[in-house]
Amino acid sequence: MKRSLLTLLIVSGVLLSASAQTKKPQTTQKASTTSSSAAVKASLSRGQAVYTTYCLPCHQADGGGVPGLNAPLIKTSQVLGSKPALINIILKGMQGVEIDGEMYSNAMPPMTHLTNQQIADVLTYVRNNFGNKASAVTVAEVNAVRKK
Amino acid sequence: MTSKKILLGLALAIAPWALHAQSNTSGLKLPEGFNAIVAADNIGRARHMAITPAGDLYVKLSRLNGGKGIVKLSDKNRDGVFEETTSFGNYGGTGIYYKNNFLYASSDDAVFRYKLDAQGNVQNPDQPEKIVTGLINRRQHETKSIVLDNEDNIYVNIGAYSNSCQESDRRQNSPGRANCPILDSAGGIWQFKANKLNQSYGEGLRYATGLRNVVGLDWNKQDNSLYVMQHGRDQLDMFPQHFSTKQAVELPSECMYKIEKGDNAGWPYIYYDHMQKKKMLAPEYGGDGKKEGSNQYIDPVAAYPAHLAPNGLLFYTGDMFPEKYKNGAFIAFHGSWNRSPEPQAGYFVVFQPFKNGVPSGDWEVFADNFAGVETVTSPRQAAHRPCGLVQGPDGSLYVSDDVKGRIYKISYEKK
Repeated sequence: MKRSLLTLLIVSGVLLSASAQTKKPQTTQKASTTSSSAAVKASLSRGQAVYTTYCLPCHQADGGGVPGLNAPLIKTSQVLGSKPALINIILKGMQGVEIDGEMYSNAMPPMTHLTNQQIADVLTYVRNNFGNKASAVTVAEVNAVRKK
Repeated sequence: MTSKKILLGLALAIAPWALHAQSNTSGLKLPEGFNAIVAADNIGRARHMAITPAGDLYVKLSRLNGGKGIVKLSDKNRDGVFEETTSFGNYGGTGIYYKNNFLYASSDDAVFRYKLDAQGNVQNPDQPEKIVTGLINRRQHETKSIVLDNEDNIYVNIGAYSNSCQESDRRQNSPGRANCPILDSAGGIWQFKANKLNQSYGEGLRYATGLRNVVGLDWNKQDNSLYVMQHGRDQLDMFPQHFSTKQAVELPSECMYKIEKGDNAGWPYIYYDHMQKKKMLAPEYGGDGKKEGSNQYIDPVAAYPAHLAPNGLLFYTGDMFPEKYKNGAFIAFHGSWNRSPEPQAGYFVVFQPFKNGVPSGDWEVFADNFAGVETVTSPRQAAHRPCGLVQGPDGSLYVSDDVKGRIYKISYEKK
């Protein structure tokens, strides 16, 4: 009797804690999604400001670039592909790269005067505008590339 | 050819044109009495054009279309519309010029020549003579515009592969390189012999220097001189401590220069400000928007708003247009990309009146609405962009478009 009561207590204890455990991560998951989407929103809006000042004059308001001169940012493999490679375009500049069979002749200068935060923001903005849909770029990711 | 035959030819040339004269079918906005038709369409990225006395139009394409870079258009039935299209040449480029039964055309690093037969056909389309070779092409201002004088010289633009000769091109606050080394092999107009093979820098003469990039150029037969349109520098606000965005939008001027042998137009050390009518020191070399540039550099003969991109220049010598156009200049402005946050500008053909070899009044918009939209905020919105100009044997004006490859023929109907 004593043993069975103990077993029951243990079993229900395990069950309780198990259910608590499954519940707990769910709530933290929810909270972190909300806070990260707020963070992405803030990053997007800061990114738009960076874009308008430093990128728009060449890449244009619609991200379409200038035929033959300045590269477009709409669904190109550079924008949607590897994040470190994209971060490197900001840090090292780009010239004479063919995009979808088209050459763009103007030099993009290295934009090293931008902070890691600004680069993360503007890339997050570009990857989620002009018809693009791709994951956000974080300051840590920019930092990792810049340190190399 | 007998005079009867010439008369017949003229009648054939004029009659069908008169039929078309009533309707301006192109959508272009033109002064009273002018009309324009679409003489050809969708031929590829049409840059400069050359026309033979018989009226065959040769168009240089910047990019190969069906593997070919030169399109020949013929209008056998003389209705103004080119119904026959053939093409040749395995290279893209911008420059093309006709003179004395030879057709000259350029790639981005060489100049070729084709002999025409009595019918105006290219004799050896696959084996042109190579006149000039090995010109610098660093994929920035790489096009090679060409024109001939009356003494068998050919003038070739070699654009500077840089915006303003900074140590790091287009980088904020990057200083200008001392004694800009680009000018040794680019940033000017080179002169070569039109009838000599395999020339390069060694055989050529740097005829003029300090020209950032020239696309539109013409030989003015009235004063026997070369005239060029410079594409002015971009982004003065890379030096934000001295130049606002508004200043970078409105400056520097796009300039027309009359070029004499040995001239220096001052790029990258100066830029021209048409509002102050002054040569100003470039910020890469210590300029702040107030310091003037050196007087050793030539002044433009005319100046136009910033960034409009003059791609075609033509001195009009025909008899079809009213008297005021005679010996004046038409300029095709390809249209700007770097005037944001303001709307873009250009995308039109301008007329610059001349009298006795000098500009004699303000320029005016001659042909507009190539873009097909009221406001262009980004160049991609323009349906068409004017690029090359050539005068037809009948005195009409052809304008090329390098977006879709449309050729416009603009005529005047006497009242």
